Amino acid sequence: MKVIEVPDTLDYRGVEGLMAGLADVEDGKTLLDARHLRWIDPVGMVSLLGAGRVLAQRTGTRPRFQGPESGQVAGYLARMGFFEAGAQEMELDAPRRRAGGSSDVLLEITPIAENHHVHAVVDRVQERAGAILSRTLRYPPSAVIQFAVILSEVCQNILEHAEAPGWVAAQSYNWSRRLGRNVLVLAVGDLGRGFKGSLGPEHAGRFGDRWSDATALEAAFIHGLTRFPDQGRGQGIQQMRKQVRRWDGVIAVRSGTARIADVPEWDDLPPLERDLPSFPGAQITIILPEHREESS
Amino acid sequence: MSAADARNPSDLQLDAFAIDLRDLMDRSVANLYSHLVTRPTGRAVRLAIESQLRELSLPAVSLVDLSSVSILDYSCADEVVAKLLLARRARIRPHREVYFVFQGLRPHHREPILEVLYRHGLAAVTRGGAPEEPAELLGVVSPEETASWERLEALGQVRGDRIHEIFPRDGLQEALDELVERGLAFRHPGRGDVHALSTLLQEKP
Repeated sequence: MKVIEVPDTLDYRGVEGLMAGLADVEDGKTLLDARHLRWIDPVGMVSLLGAGRVLAQRTGTRPRFQGPESGQVAGYLARMGFFEAGAQEMELDAPRRRAGGSSDVLLEITPIAENHHVHAVVDRVQERAGAILSRTLRYPPSAVIQFAVILSEVCQNILEHAEAPGWVAAQSYNWSRRLGRNVLVLAVGDLGRGFKGSLGPEHAGRFGDRWSDATALEAAFIHGLTRFPDQGRGQGIQQMRKQVRRWDGVIAVRSGTARIADVPEWDDLPPLERDLPSFPGAQITIILPEHREESS
Repeated sequence: MSAADARNPSDLQLDAFAIDLRDLMDRSVANLYSHLVTRPTGRAVRLAIESQLRELSLPAVSLVDLSSVSILDYSCADEVVAKLLLARRARIRPHREVYFVFQGLRPHHREPILEVLYRHGLAAVTRGGAPEEPAELLGVVSPEETASWERLEALGQVRGDRIHEIFPRDGLQEALDELVERGLAFRHPGRGDVHALSTLLQEKP
C-alpha cells in the first residue's frame, strides 16, 4: 500500500506538500495518513477531498483515510462536515458523534455541483457572516453583501468553467502568531478542466509554445479572458480581485502546475509560481484579514 | 399613440410597465431563491421579463424594480440589466421600442450594475428606493449627454418646436438625439417632443 503522508500543517501553503505526495501514485491501494495533522484550514480540507478523488480516479480504488490522532483536529474536521463530504471520496471512519455544534463554523464544506447549491451557500453565509465580518474582522455592515457576492462568483467559477463538481468552505481564525490579527479563509476547489483546459480551445493558438497553466492563469486572472465570446463573461474574477484588494486580502488561484495571486504587503506568497506539483482543476483561496485603521 | 396627446406626458398612451424582480423570481425561477445570484437565475429572470415585454403595446416604458432584491451579483447584473439594454442597442424587437428604468437601486446594487454598464459601454436611467430620490443616469455617457440629460430631467419634457432653443447646436442637441437613440429619453414620434423617462413614469393625476 502506498502511503501519502498528510503534512502536519495543511493550509494554503501546506497543500503543496500534499499535492507533491500524489505525484508518483499510479495504481494500487493508497493511504492518506493524516495521523500527525495538527492544523488544517478550509484550503487544506478542500485539497484533502480533492486528493482523495484524484487517488480514486487514478487507481480505481478509493484511498483509505487515516484520521488525525488529535481529538481537537478530528472534532474540528467533524464540525466542518469533512467526514460527510469525505465519505464519497475515501474510506474513512467518521467519529461516532459530531463533536460540538456548528455555531462557530462560517461555512461547512459544501459540495457545489448545481446552480441551487450556490443559492444555498449564499443564503447560509448571509445568516452567519454578519457577526464574523463585523465583530471579528471589523468590516462595515455592507461587507456581508459584498462577501456574499464574492462567494456567489467564486462558486459559479466551478459551474461555469470546471464542468465538474467542487467544494467550498470558509472559516475565521485568529492568526495571532503569524499576523497578529483575525482572518477569514475561504476555499473553493474542483477537479475539472482547469484554466488551461477551459481557455485552451479559444485562446491557446495565440500563445503558441508559451501556452501553459501559468499563461492561462495570467490570461484569466489579469486580463479577464474566458472561453466565452460574450463580453459580459470573465468579470467574476476581476470583481473578486477588486473587492479582496479593498479588504487588503489575498486571492490566489492554483490550477494545474501554477498559481497566481494578488498578495498584500503582509503576506509573502509569490505573485506567480510555475512548476508546482500537478493537480487537476482549480483551487481558489481568499484570505481576508481583520480591518485595522492603518490598513485602510 | 395620437399626436394630440403629446403635449402632456401624463396623457401619453405609453405603456409604463412595472416589473418587480422579487415577484418575477418567485414566479419564474423558484420561490426558494431569495437572491439574484448566478447566471442561470439571471437568465431565467431576463427571459421572464422579455416574455412580459412581448405582451406590451409598443413603445413602452419598463420599470424594472430591484427594491426587494437583497443580493445582486455581477453575473445577474450582466444577465438582467446589461442584456436587456444590449438587446435594445442591437435593435431587437420588442426591446428596441422599450425604455428601461431600473428602480429601487440600493447602494450595494450600484457596483455590479455600474460594472456591467461600463464593460459593455452602456448607460441606464435609474432611481433609488424612495419616491423623492431623483432619477440618475449611470454608465458610459459623454459630458454633453450628461448635460443634456440633466437639462431634460429638470424640465421633464421639451416641446419639439423649442428643442433648438433649449438644446443649442453646440453639442447638446446632438447629445439629446443620442440619448433618444440610446433609450435614455423618449421622443414623441408625432410631435417630436422629448420627455425624460422619469416624467413618463409619474402617476396620472
